[in-house]
Amino acid sequence: MASEFAVELRDVVKRFVTPEGNEIAAVDHVTMQIRNGEFFSMLGSSGCGKTTSLRMIAGFEWPSDGEVYIEGKPMGHTPPFQRKVNTVFQSYALFQHMTVYQNIAFGLEMEGAGPDEIKKRVGRALEMVQLTGMERRKPRQLSGGQQQRVAVARALVKTPDVLLLDEPLGALDLKLRKEMQLELKALQQQLGITFIYVTHDQEEALTMSDRIAVMSKGRVQQLATPVEIYERPTNKFVADFIGESNFMEGKIKSIAKDEAKVFVPSLNKEISGLPMSQDFVNGEEVVVSIRPEKIRIAEPAAKGEGLFKVQVLNSVYIGSDTHVYVDANGLRLKVMEQNRISRLDPSSFYSKGQEITLYLLPENTLILKKD
Amino acid sequence: MLQRLRESKSAQGTVLALPTTLWLFVLLIIPLILTLIISFGKRSPDGDVIYSFTFENYTRLAGFSTDCPDGQATCFDPLYLNILMRSLTLAFNTTAVVIMMAYPLAYFIARAHPKRRTMFLFMVLIPLWTNFVIRVYAWMMLLRKEGAINIVIGWLANLLHIPFTPLEMLYTPGAVLVGMVYEFLPFMILPIYTSLEKIDNSLYEAAADLGANAFRTFLRVTLPLSMPGVVAGTILVFIPVMGTFVVSDILGGRQVILVGNLIQRQFLDARDPTFGSAASLILMVLTLIVTYFYTRKFGFGEEIIAA
Repeated sequence: MASEFAVELRDVVKRFVTPEGNEIAAVDHVTMQIRNGEFFSMLGSSGCGKTTSLRMIAGFEWPSDGEVYIEGKPMGHTPPFQRKVNTVFQSYALFQHMTVYQNIAFGLEMEGAGPDEIKKRVGRALEMVQLTGMERRKPRQLSGGQQQRVAVARALVKTPDVLLLDEPLGALDLKLRKEMQLELKALQQQLGITFIYVTHDQEEALTMSDRIAVMSKGRVQQLATPVEIYERPTNKFVADFIGESNFMEGKIKSIAKDEAKVFVPSLNKEISGLPMSQDFVNGEEVVVSIRPEKIRIAEPAAKGEGLFKVQVLNSVYIGSDTHVYVDANGLRLKVMEQNRISRLDPSSFYSKGQEITLYLLPENTLILKKD
Repeated sequence: MLQRLRESKSAQGTVLALPTTLWLFVLLIIPLILTLIISFGKRSPDGDVIYSFTFENYTRLAGFSTDCPDGQATCFDPLYLNILMRSLTLAFNTTAVVIMMAYPLAYFIARAHPKRRTMFLFMVLIPLWTNFVIRVYAWMMLLRKEGAINIVIGWLANLLHIPFTPLEMLYTPGAVLVGMVYEFLPFMILPIYTSLEKIDNSLYEAAADLGANAFRTFLRVTLPLSMPGVVAGTILVFIPVMGTFVVSDILGGRQVILVGNLIQRQFLDARDPTFGSAASLILMVLTLIVTYFYTRKFGFGEEIIAA
């Protein structure tokens, strides 16, 4: 491989003019490096710039500023058909007037491949997506999942360096989507090529990706592995967008090495030993963040550090877990408790107004910058 | 009865189709049967129909005349066959020219900004607000010897000191072709536009992504996907051109006689409804045959429209 990175975006900006005549930056100074052979996801809600970024890699859009590099080469205004990347479209974009075979063969014909080679490669691609025997069908005679596979086969048959996928599973039902997630991931590992995957579904991104770029308002909010994104979000947006988080206002009391002591007014408590992944100064107003499943409900008689008393507001049973909403001096917190025991006995639930003790491990707690 | 109507979708369909079915039966099927009967009849000396069963009108159309110059019983004169051939050729040529002119324009409109599309389509439709005959007369004013085109060319020639004799454009096959193309262009633009407009932009992107340049994308993706529009447009243009007599009457004069003119003259000037009926039916059969083979090859395009 010519370069360490399959794709690189350097300070890329894409500006559009809205119908009202205003100029907006759909992609606002995005820099990211996508390594060879990795499953990379761009995650964000609609309008965050993820699809526009993907389209700039594909060559359907050109950056207003900055540069896209593929295999170390600046792309400039290189048209899509001269880039070694292929796209699986959200709508699949299958050619309805062609059979499955013709759809997959199209890209090879454009390369000028001979008929024998086309036959061999299309056959292999069909095998790869388990559609052997469907060659002569037209796309609309296939189910959504099968059409999706044709779209994948049509892109992969070109043996691209990078496969771009724009919310490819968005139109499928949940069960099929989960199946296809695992299948795509397996396919990527088997082929060893780079996948760049755009999705708004965080579970999908966490399941499949080696690394994720969480995007919002045209910017990369955090770029890291799924574990880092979930366990060590670097700002409030990411902590809120990925999974769920309880946020509490706080003020730094003292800093020692990479640990801080924070006073949290709503708990009326100082929490010490909080890990710091960013630079903070003494006395800084911060946000303390903790995931609902990382708060434990302690035995009523428990004593020691990190315990605080709260009132139960509501308790919701959702099968695998019970969600307990509590009030801590006017602040609403969510606590998730796994149902390890049978809940058939109604008295095993917490009732409204009941006082319980929560236990909060400092190492599960994050301090984040105030927006 | 009402209960059944409320429950059965097919009964509802029947009721909805009834008025039009009756209309077509009274005003299409019955007249067609009458035309068929009359076409086998004979003309009486004062222009009435004598009902009989003779193929005379059809043999006459095929060129076997009983009215021969040198006293023979029968002779061959391809007069009517020539008229049929001329009509067919003109219909083919008109359709071909109209497709070539309409396609690029439809493509341009379909790819234009959505806000502008409405305006362009509106401009295509504006000429249809003027009466068909008036539009043909307008072409006569343009094409005749003292017409606008000759005036402009003459003025230019004068300016450049080139000798100029006014062009004889009116009453030529070319004038009829120009008139036909002008009259039927919108009927080709609209269906082609509709089918082009339906093509999702992601298909063009997919083609580019798979290595096709603009030209090959057009040949392999755009053109096949817009064929339903071309087919629909062809049917809308070819059939009326085969039968129209107004354009050839005004712009072709006595020089360009088409089947439509022949039929018209049989009913009005020659007062021979039997021969006119036979010619009408032959025109219909000819059109049907061409349309049948055409749609068998290209389809009505319904499967792509359905997708």
